[in-house]
Amino acid sequence: MLVVKAKKQLGDFTLSGSFTSEGGATALFGPSGAGKTSIINMIAGLLRPDSGRILLDDDVLFDHAAHIDVPVSRRRIGYVFQEGRLFPHLSVRHNLDYGRWMGGYPSDPDAFDHVVELLDIGHLLGRRPGKLSGGERQRVAVGRALLMRPRLLLLDEPLASLDAARKREILPYLERLRDEARVPLIYVSHNAAELRRIATSVVQLEAGTVIARGGIELLDAAQADMLA
Amino acid sequence: MLDLSPQDWTAVALSLRVAAISTVVALPFGIAVAMLLARGSFWGKSVLDAVVHLPLVLPPVVTGYLLLISLGRRAPLGAFLADHFGIVFSFRWTGAAVACGVMAFPLLVRAIRLSIEAIDRRLEDAAATLAASRFWIFATVTLPLALPGIIAGMMLAFARALGEFGATITFVSNIPGETQTISAAIYTLIQVPGGDADALKLVFVSIVICFAALLASEWLARRATARLHGA
Repeated sequence: MLVVKAKKQLGDFTLSGSFTSEGGATALFGPSGAGKTSIINMIAGLLRPDSGRILLDDDVLFDHAAHIDVPVSRRRIGYVFQEGRLFPHLSVRHNLDYGRWMGGYPSDPDAFDHVVELLDIGHLLGRRPGKLSGGERQRVAVGRALLMRPRLLLLDEPLASLDAARKREILPYLERLRDEARVPLIYVSHNAAELRRIATSVVQLEAGTVIARGGIELLDAAQADMLA
Repeated sequence: MLDLSPQDWTAVALSLRVAAISTVVALPFGIAVAMLLARGSFWGKSVLDAVVHLPLVLPPVVTGYLLLISLGRRAPLGAFLADHFGIVFSFRWTGAAVACGVMAFPLLVRAIRLSIEAIDRRLEDAAATLAASRFWIFATVTLPLALPGIIAGMMLAFARALGEFGATITFVSNIPGETQTISAAIYTLIQVPGGDADALKLVFVSIVICFAALLASEWLARRATARLHGA
């Protein structure tokens, strides 16, 4: 279980994230500039909150009052970035192995094959990221984050840089990921249609503040608002 | 056609050794200083930047003289190194390497610093989320991505060291077989009546060496860049 209760001042913008996630796929939903990415950066440890607490499975990741701030590299939280951020100097296979090397885990061919099969990236292993299409790159990025054995997987608009056809290509993989990988997901997006396929619960953000928490029916209401 | 005298060959070999060793020894310091200047924010950073660049703007004779009065036998630091570690620089080829390293240092730092500054730091964040500590981020992401700049910097430093004359001759003099590099040998030959022909041979050799180094570094840099962009 993830508990976030964190505040951060970013210039004139006050970010105040307060929600819990019980597992499954939690959508962080809201318009661009609502502070969605900043919130998951605080969970990952890439952005330090000014105050508050962040807990994952009874493990304190950040506690302002107790001066606890676990470094990014020791949080074991997978992160799929909007632009993939694959290492350009490493092959796809070495990108996938990177988290295992750094985490000091022994080789686990079964887990590797499972992820490769789940995301259908077996034919890409020998290539370099520069030679991949946008959709392939994002699948490899998901695989790389999964193979570091994360306790939680953060996905920041993983489909935003892709066209409609590529989105349709990747969504089924993300659904399988949610159902088979048994890792809780936090999925950031401003796209209600995309989230409806992935999310099991929704946290709605606006202007840096959580304005609603609930099931995916929140997405319908938000979409109705937008169309009205 | 290139019937160089043994003394000329000694000068060529010495030049190559001095240039190669000064470049290799300066490299780790160059990377460290480039990293500090590219990434650090600390009091006195602009002073460090200026000091690093000093050998580029000072007359080489001045740099050589500063080395002489700091690392020479009778200088406190030079005497300390000689007494405690048996390291002597003055009038030795090692001193020539020091002079060349100091003269080449700004070029080395500059090239590496530029390539570090061009690195997308978001890749380093990505490495951190994949459990990489700061050291491993540096070793597996920053350093490989800076490789084209490191190669370019080493090439510049090597060429600078090969052509270094003023600081070397001021610090360690012009002793055949010990501190007489190609440049110093050419200078000596030109001073002697009828030495022009021999000097020309050495000029030819130094052109060939520099040209080969340039081609080799171009090739290496192209390969490194291609690797980064996914070939």
